[in-house]
Amino acid sequence: MVDAPSENADNNAAEAFLQGGSLKHAPGPYFGGYGGRWMPESLIAALDEVQDTFEKAKADPEFLAQLKDLNKNYSGRPSLLTEAKNFSEHAGGARIFLKREDLNHTGSHKINNVLGQALLAKRMGKTRVIAETGAGQHGVASATAAALLGLECVVYMGAEDCRRQALNVARMQLLGATVVPVTNGSQTLKDAINDALRDWVSNVENTHYLLGTAAGAHPFPAMVRFFHEVIGEEARAQILEQTGKLPDAVCACIGGGSNAIGIFHSFLDDPAVKIYGFEAGGDGVDTGRHAAAITLGRPGVLHGARSYLMQDEDGQTIESHSISAGLDYPSVGPEHSYLADIGRVTYEPITDTEAMDAFRLLCRTEGIIPAIESAHALAGAIKVGQRLTEGKATPSDTIVIVNLSGRGDKDVETAAAWFDMLDEDGNVKGTTLSTRKPKGPAERMAEAGAADVNEDRN
Amino acid sequence: MTEQITSKSAAAIDRAKAQGRAALIGYLPAGYHSVQESIDAGIAMARNGADLIEIGIPYSDPVMDGPVIQAATTEAIANGFHVASVFDVVAAITAATDVAVLVMTYWNPVVRMGVDEFSRRLAEAGGAGLITPDLIPDEASEWFAASDKYGLDRVFLVAPSSTPERLAMTVKASRGFVYAVSIMGVTGTRQAVSSSAEKLVADTHAAGAERVCVGLGVSNASHVREIAAYADGVIVGTALVAAIRDGGVPAVADLTRDLSAGLVREEA
Repeated sequence: MVDAPSENADNNAAEAFLQGGSLKHAPGPYFGGYGGRWMPESLIAALDEVQDTFEKAKADPEFLAQLKDLNKNYSGRPSLLTEAKNFSEHAGGARIFLKREDLNHTGSHKINNVLGQALLAKRMGKTRVIAETGAGQHGVASATAAALLGLECVVYMGAEDCRRQALNVARMQLLGATVVPVTNGSQTLKDAINDALRDWVSNVENTHYLLGTAAGAHPFPAMVRFFHEVIGEEARAQILEQTGKLPDAVCACIGGGSNAIGIFHSFLDDPAVKIYGFEAGGDGVDTGRHAAAITLGRPGVLHGARSYLMQDEDGQTIESHSISAGLDYPSVGPEHSYLADIGRVTYEPITDTEAMDAFRLLCRTEGIIPAIESAHALAGAIKVGQRLTEGKATPSDTIVIVNLSGRGDKDVETAAAWFDMLDEDGNVKGTTLSTRKPKGPAERMAEAGAADVNEDRN
Repeated sequence: MTEQITSKSAAAIDRAKAQGRAALIGYLPAGYHSVQESIDAGIAMARNGADLIEIGIPYSDPVMDGPVIQAATTEAIANGFHVASVFDVVAAITAATDVAVLVMTYWNPVVRMGVDEFSRRLAEAGGAGLITPDLIPDEASEWFAASDKYGLDRVFLVAPSSTPERLAMTVKASRGFVYAVSIMGVTGTRQAVSSSAEKLVADTHAAGAERVCVGLGVSNASHVREIAAYADGVIVGTALVAAIRDGGVPAVADLTRDLSAGLVREEA
């Protein structure tokens, strides 16, 4: 039997880090007292198979070459590191660099993980992949990888998220995936994961569960991080090349935390680099309507891992709230919980308002429309930049990297509504350009057609 | 370390065995449609042929449950069910009947209350132990300690996908009985009993389990009869939940009586 994680493990690891030890490549299943496998026995054999296949693939030059080739010639890696000179003026004059995961094929970092896992699915002889999605980015990426590699793909998406992200529903369907709107619970990401797990336990023979974030049962947190480590490796080399030194700070948004752990990884063992994760503060952490699991949650078990969790006094999961569907998750990857406890990474909430202000600022100053998820990291970077440059004669000595995890095309309607650009009928004010009425094909599919389309295929 | 603990579940299964039959285990969620109705329904099950009662704690993220149980537990939570009420349900059924009463719970509500505190209160209420669908022995060190301290049964699950090593480990970790999941899937009624169930029971017995009970998809008396021929107990959940949903306590009593008719081994 595996020994229970203990408080001592935390202290020992923190101590080891302070003594010059490494925080990188933590293998799981435990990250201090977090992680593990809080899963039905029915799925343990499948998790073992994934773990075994992953461990072998990681050491197989052929697999690594295949992944590298796809990253380069399919996703378009390496992604750029762009200095945001105009935006920097709003961050105390610190030099802000954007790691442009928004420029990847499918528009976000999610493609890194799905290509890796889809290759593993093929290695395991699986013919079908299933995925959960919140904002739709992971669903689109999964559908993309499935189309490329000839796998059947079913995506579970909360019905509420289908409405918020109708365009992504249509994208998944165009790519040949079946989208299943989930009507249980809060109808968002956590409920989509529940239904994906129910599907997996019933179809595990031919199906791989392509989990989209660095959470869940072992080996998912360590495996998903592995596929995203390329973000941090590139960013580290690029910042050294462009500035000749390491950054003072690295910032990323945290939902489950996959983009964040991907970029953090390369800097974990550089004690001089401050690392910040920005959670969704929703309406504000004192309103109860937020998704700030680390800031306000307490350790619990959900979806296979022990981690910080938003829960009530009965241990029932509390519904999270965020303007960003991709951050609307009441827990967080276990490695983040550990990094929070040992103080290596600072986690702070960003409200919807702060995120949307940063969203508009990047649009106006740099000509880049970020995903609302990534806008949380941008808002955080403004605060960090101001803090780190305070009282400094040459603020431009301070360098901050922000992981721009995705592009904002999917968020245009949400942003238009937020900035009061729409009239009562949902038309862009002063025009008849409608984002809502009459309903476009994507929205109709999401609301009514999705189930019909799916039934036709079955 | 567990020799001196008398297992209430094992005793209940052995009483059935002494009568030449398998045990019937009925599941219902606490607080559905109310705490009182779940008590009445538990007592009705006990008086109509159930040997063990499994009381489920409604939970926000029940990944091993199909639509019928999800709907019932969601409604219970919406109606204001609180976890501590499960001890009232257990105590009331235990006081009124002589069946063994287990609690079926996802793990986070136990973690939240504290594993020791939860176990102490369950033992005080007269509960037999816990069935833990998302807790594997690998993660259960706190539960081992608490269940030994308070003399509670640890019912872990085995599945058709379990390897021989995991079967052996899980059998060793369990007390009372081992819960054999008949199929790869979630709770819900099925047309037929999966052929994998009989092999799993045989393998689990071979791994050293004295008592193996089969659940998931057991929907009617004919399923019960089929499983009772090779297992030590038969677990029925969704069908009973559908009964209380549609016909309240009388429907639960009728269905339990009907199911228990399937327990008698024809050749015995």
